[in-house]
Amino acid sequence: MTPQPIIHHIDDALLMAYSAGTLPEAFSLAIATHISMCDECRATLESFDAVGGQVMEDQSPVTMHDDAFAKTMAMVGKQSIQRPKPANDIPSVLVGYIGGSLDDVEWRALGGGIKQKIILAGRDATARLLYIPAGQSAPDHGHSGMELTLVLRGAFKDESGHYRAGDIEITDDSVEHTPVADEGEDCICLAVTEAPIRFTSIFYRALQPFFKI
Amino acid sequence: MGMIGMQTLEKDPSLNSAVDDRVVSEDLKEKADPVTTKTADQWGSYLEAIKSTHDVAAFEALFGHFAPRIKSFLLKSGADANLAEECAQEVMVTVWNKAHLFDPTRASAATWIFTIARNKKIDALRKSSRPEPDELPWGPDHQPDQADVIALQQETDRLGRALSELPEKQRKLVERAYFGDLSHRELADETGLPLGTIKSRIRLALEKLRHAMS
Repeated sequence: MTPQPIIHHIDDALLMAYSAGTLPEAFSLAIATHISMCDECRATLESFDAVGGQVMEDQSPVTMHDDAFAKTMAMVGKQSIQRPKPANDIPSVLVGYIGGSLDDVEWRALGGGIKQKIILAGRDATARLLYIPAGQSAPDHGHSGMELTLVLRGAFKDESGHYRAGDIEITDDSVEHTPVADEGEDCICLAVTEAPIRFTSIFYRALQPFFKI
Repeated sequence: MGMIGMQTLEKDPSLNSAVDDRVVSEDLKEKADPVTTKTADQWGSYLEAIKSTHDVAAFEALFGHFAPRIKSFLLKSGADANLAEECAQEVMVTVWNKAHLFDPTRASAATWIFTIARNKKIDALRKSSRPEPDELPWGPDHQPDQADVIALQQETDRLGRALSELPEKQRKLVERAYFGDLSHRELADETGLPLGTIKSRIRLALEKLRHAMS
């Protein structure tokens, strides 16, 4: 999907948890979107799915009810099968959460040209789109818990490296990072956090209660 | 010829006794290829039979093998007996309905059915949905290359052996990860997890994917 090779990938523990189906939906969304753009992580995921298949296969069978097969046959053909959504400038899995393309997002200004849009506010994790104008830096922030930042458009740099479309940055609460968008193109990221972000700048901290960031 | 296809079935004690040489359709027997049956995924060929001819006998064989294991898996993942029974039936309904999407070059039958059971588990137990990666552009409609099917099965067999040969403690950890007993943080911190063993299979999977895309 992306012309350039993806350098920053999802680590094995997260991929295994995604395969096992134990992650909050917001994290799964970032991972599914990255995998849609990254064949290497897709291959790794398929290996972890094979592990899951083996674990299931190895379970000692538990007897089904006598009428289970008859009941199942009575139900076949009646489930609706979802058709994949049409392709877009971003992976289809994300289109469903945004409700359109990146150009249709109704942004909410955070000041300094930075904008955001919360697309999934779960009980244990939140997914948001973050818009950083070219050359601008997003507020320096730390956060409690894990954060995934997936670049959808443009690119940014921070203390740990350079991230382009398809790259995903995985940070934990020991890291305070200041993403700076590359010159030339505005940067849009999908950012997923475990708990509310705590901005270190007093200005943004004051805004936090109002913008739910 | 037909008997070759049945050999693996006879080894499985949990199989529904209704499935024997009499009820498996002629169509399925013709599919059995003497060169590939030793390594190719028998359950996969049953899925192919459901896909191509809506073969009820093949489905009953799959049901006999997988439904009790799905139920067991769901019970260990925290479902009560009624929910596990109901979900196992619903997973098998999806197996029938989506058999046309099964791609034997990408997953074994057990792997594919696991992904359906896993999604059902998230749906029923966590009351949540699971964002899925987009399908690959070539989709499931391409004609599977038998060499790729066999290669995938050999890799799956190797992975299965590698897992079964793990020390008990490590194997239990892997199981707990899939039952949902380990959070992703515990998983990341867990040094005893044999991720290296699993990774050893990944190089091949990646090469296969690249080959398929070129």
